[in-house]
Amino acid sequence: MAGFQVFNRTTGDDFICQEGQSVLKAMEQRGLKCVPVGCRGGGCGFCKIRVLEGHFECGKMSKRHAPPEAVEKGEVLACRIYPLTDLVIECVPLPEAALAKQTTNR
Amino acid sequence: MKKGVMRPGHVQIRVLDMDEAVKHYTDLMGLIETDRDDQGRVYLKAWTEVDKFSVVLREADEPGCDFMGFKVLDEEVLVQLEKDLVDYGVEVEQVPAEELKDCGRRVRFTVPSGHAFELYADKLYTGKWGLSSVNPEAWPRGLQGMKAVRFDHCLFYGPELAATYDIFVSVLGFDLAEQVLDPEGTRVAQFLTVSMKEHDIAFIHHEEKGKFHHASFHLETWEDVLRAADLITMTDTSIDIGPTRHGLTHGKTIYFFDPSGNRNEVFCGGDYFYPDHKPVTWKTEELGKAIFYHDRTLNERFMTVLT
Repeated sequence: MAGFQVFNRTTGDDFICQEGQSVLKAMEQRGLKCVPVGCRGGGCGFCKIRVLEGHFECGKMSKRHAPPEAVEKGEVLACRIYPLTDLVIECVPLPEAALAKQTTNR
Repeated sequence: MKKGVMRPGHVQIRVLDMDEAVKHYTDLMGLIETDRDDQGRVYLKAWTEVDKFSVVLREADEPGCDFMGFKVLDEEVLVQLEKDLVDYGVEVEQVPAEELKDCGRRVRFTVPSGHAFELYADKLYTGKWGLSSVNPEAWPRGLQGMKAVRFDHCLFYGPELAATYDIFVSVLGFDLAEQVLDPEGTRVAQFLTVSMKEHDIAFIHHEEKGKFHHASFHLETWEDVLRAADLITMTDTSIDIGPTRHGLTHGKTIYFFDPSGNRNEVFCGGDYFYPDHKPVTWKTEELGKAIFYHDRTLNERFMTVLT
């Protein structure tokens, strides 16, 4: 099975995602770290990406991190999208609260 | 000083997909489904627990924790603690009996960290699952997966730890078992107990209110923790970290996620607490070791991934 090509425009990484496999899982299997990995369950919002080109199916995601208006613009969670074609994606910065936490606990 | 709060009694967890969640909490973790209600909520318990349920799952658009409940000794204590909370300036909400099936009235309040808690005195006593209360066998047959022994504690992330501490310690009679202090002496983590356990509830400082870090379940042995790790791999469940040991509490642990991204822990061992024990202090300079005693480095996902 050939799968689909996923290209991360932010980092320049590309990897193959099998049919029915989530983009995040495909990335992890290749040992890449070009999208932050959180809960892998659509709940925490860590793996938010923007899909610039291509089609995909979506699993259930927290509305807080992937509200319908964002999903319409292609802002989705990489752990919950399953490509139907090749994809071009880019990273979306982490929410400020998460980053603030990292600096609090030096 | 003890004021009649006995123990953690239940936690209501929001999940994105009920069927996936029930499979996770029963088949993998070994909780037992005991009921469902007309809101679609599913009630679960661990096998050693004597009351009807300790985990309630509610399907929602966003995962996380709705509330955690503590069981108090009796109605008299409930009336007193409710009065004490109100006198302290805490707003309380009455949740009528049977809002959760077979559970008595609950007194709900939100602490300054943004988390909702409940006190209640009555819940249907169903006894340990699969065992008689007379001449009981060692354990029941037919347990699934990790065979979780009991719902043990929750860890929450939020601001205003000092004000939250005051409510739990001054009003509800919890003790501080362990803490993390930053170089200025500010408490950035607090592990509170109403029992001999090293924590019945814990808080870590975080800017955003009301975040859920994990719900934890007790296992008996380190071998059980390793077996839990095997099951996590066999079921391709999202793992966070472990098996390893914490510095804080010294518990032996593994962390993973439910299918909606809520973090779970199963653990064994760890320190114990008596009311004459002074708090154990960890310093933020050694926070890596405090959290994961073997790695001794800060783990970004563990510190920041929340629901």
